[in-house]
Amino acid sequence: MRMYDLPDPGGHFGPYGGVFVAETLIHALDELRSAYARYQKDPEFLAEFAADLKHYVGRPSPVYHAKRWSAHFGGAQVYLKREDLNHTGAHKINNVIGQALLARRMGKPRVIAETGAGMHGVAAATIAARFGMQCVVYMGSEDIRRQAQNVYRMKLLGATVVPVESGSKTLKDALNEAMRDWVTNIENTFYIIGTVAGPHPYPMMVRDFQSVIGREAREQMPELAGRQPDAILACVGGGSNAMGIFYPYIADEKVRLVGVEAAGHGLESGKHAATLCTGKPGVLHGNRTYLLQDENGQIIETHSVSAGLDYPGVGPEHAWLKDSGRAEYVAVTDEDALQAFNDLCRLEGIMPALESAHALAYAAKMAPRMKTDNILLVNLSGRGDKDMHTVAEKTGIKL
Amino acid sequence: MSRIAAAFEALRNQGRKALIPFITAGDPDPATTIAVMHALVEAGADVIELGVPFSDPMADGPVIQRSSERALRQGVSLKDVLGFVAEFRATDKTTPVVVFGYANPIEAMGVERFADAVKAAGGDGALVVDYPPEEARHLVEVLDARGLDTIFLLSPTTRDARLKEIAQLGRGYLYYVSLKGVTGAANIDLADVGARMQHIRKFTQLPLGVGFGIRDAASAKALAASCDGVVIGSALIQEIEKSPRDDVAECARRFMAPIREALDGRSADKARARTG
Repeated sequence: MRMYDLPDPGGHFGPYGGVFVAETLIHALDELRSAYARYQKDPEFLAEFAADLKHYVGRPSPVYHAKRWSAHFGGAQVYLKREDLNHTGAHKINNVIGQALLARRMGKPRVIAETGAGMHGVAAATIAARFGMQCVVYMGSEDIRRQAQNVYRMKLLGATVVPVESGSKTLKDALNEAMRDWVTNIENTFYIIGTVAGPHPYPMMVRDFQSVIGREAREQMPELAGRQPDAILACVGGGSNAMGIFYPYIADEKVRLVGVEAAGHGLESGKHAATLCTGKPGVLHGNRTYLLQDENGQIIETHSVSAGLDYPGVGPEHAWLKDSGRAEYVAVTDEDALQAFNDLCRLEGIMPALESAHALAYAAKMAPRMKTDNILLVNLSGRGDKDMHTVAEKTGIKL
Repeated sequence: MSRIAAAFEALRNQGRKALIPFITAGDPDPATTIAVMHALVEAGADVIELGVPFSDPMADGPVIQRSSERALRQGVSLKDVLGFVAEFRATDKTTPVVVFGYANPIEAMGVERFADAVKAAGGDGALVVDYPPEEARHLVEVLDARGLDTIFLLSPTTRDARLKEIAQLGRGYLYYVSLKGVTGAANIDLADVGARMQHIRKFTQLPLGVGFGIRDAASAKALAASCDGVVIGSALIQEIEKSPRDDVAECARRFMAPIREALDGRSADKARARTG
């Protein structure tokens, strides 16, 4: 096993990561960094986090052997890490609990969040309700239209959802707006970023909170399958579910790590969100990473059937894992993701989130070419109830 | 001596304060930018901060966001912005121009190529909003090598250790952001700014410009007592936004002129008091 101790103290993963923000935000980030440095090893903090993951979220999430789906391929055995069974229906809640516990210790009564598909916003609204915190969620007006049900969920939980009308009116613009709120309300506000992006310490901190996924899997796989998997697959938008399951396996080089991006209508169509597959390094949202940008350095609009993958950047640690060759990144189209969505519904009785369906779709490409004693582990990062409207629309059905 | 240093030295000798307008290049359209720049000088601008439009202006409020979107809709790129600088410089040899923008368009061009292009265009320095000192050392080296100034931001929450670091890296002037928040936000606390200016001067000899929240002659004049220059951005862009398309430069001039007068009135009194 190889030593892996990134990021460095400045938040760098090789040339990626760092702190690329205006001076006005530096103090808030310093405060956050020192609070996290203090509590990440604090037994009381960690015990409270673990207890919440167990009793509120319902962890550990099971690993499930998808036998019928595997038989359908006639190749590798596919196992699913069931993050869809978490409270609120996705992996997002793991990180939100960690950050909300930190917010409480820092004495911040107000939390803000950005959201794309709405899962992170729902998780933030959920924890704010439980902790009695004020919660404001920024969401692109285009995403609000696509994810009406999650918007209503957030409102029922007591959060204020603010539509963002600037730029492309999607996740990246919601993140810009949340940053603007934070810099204006630094004294009383904690910004809960939902993915492994943003300025240091966010990529590291979100990874740490999400890495419970991979730690559990390392224990569960030998029990269930007799050994660790040959490859782990996870979808990558910002990349938090993927970092969560990859991180505890990085040093274990026998295990292939495969990040699956959204190829939308196809990489050649230009309508996709495959940042690592086709992007170039640059600076956005406080960190250096791969970006989808034009030749003038303007960020371009992305497309994916899944709002959660519709992001022109990616967590800086993924950029590093790509360049170092430790992880490989691929992309699957909307169409392939929808096929995997349907297959998992019909063959296993599990309705995956469209985001997670991208990872499933790539497993469906790998598995038939592998031997029956090969093992794939797919991070099933969320459940698909929120996507029923989108899927119905795509198949020409009106609900 | 750089054009920026020369401008501040001349002002100091005259007991005057710098008037530093910020506009987004290419807003409302590329054809008017040069005319607006000249009009600003005519109204008494001492340094021009020329904004490079960016798709994701995270540190800016709605006014500058909209100006950026207007420019981008017309395809204005960093290359175009440097073209504006060159065209302005062809007829104005003295007014310093600072290229003001976010990191990504600059990195897409390449930091060295950017610095060469600024130099070739007759620009005088750069302020990269999302390059704090930790990430700006390379830029400073590259601009230094070409005799260009790297301008840095300071905020009300910048601690002393950072002030020291920024004072070392900063060239030309330091830009104190007088508010917590984004550009164009509410009013500023004058006493607070005055105290901060005094404190910052313990760390640096560089001139101090103040921006964020200065809307008119009165607020500019009140601030000028404690600093070396005032930056007017959002209020000016709002004026540009609401002016008729064929009259943008003149509207910008009319908006800035009273601010210049107010600044000079105050400074002239002080200069007299000092000599008398």
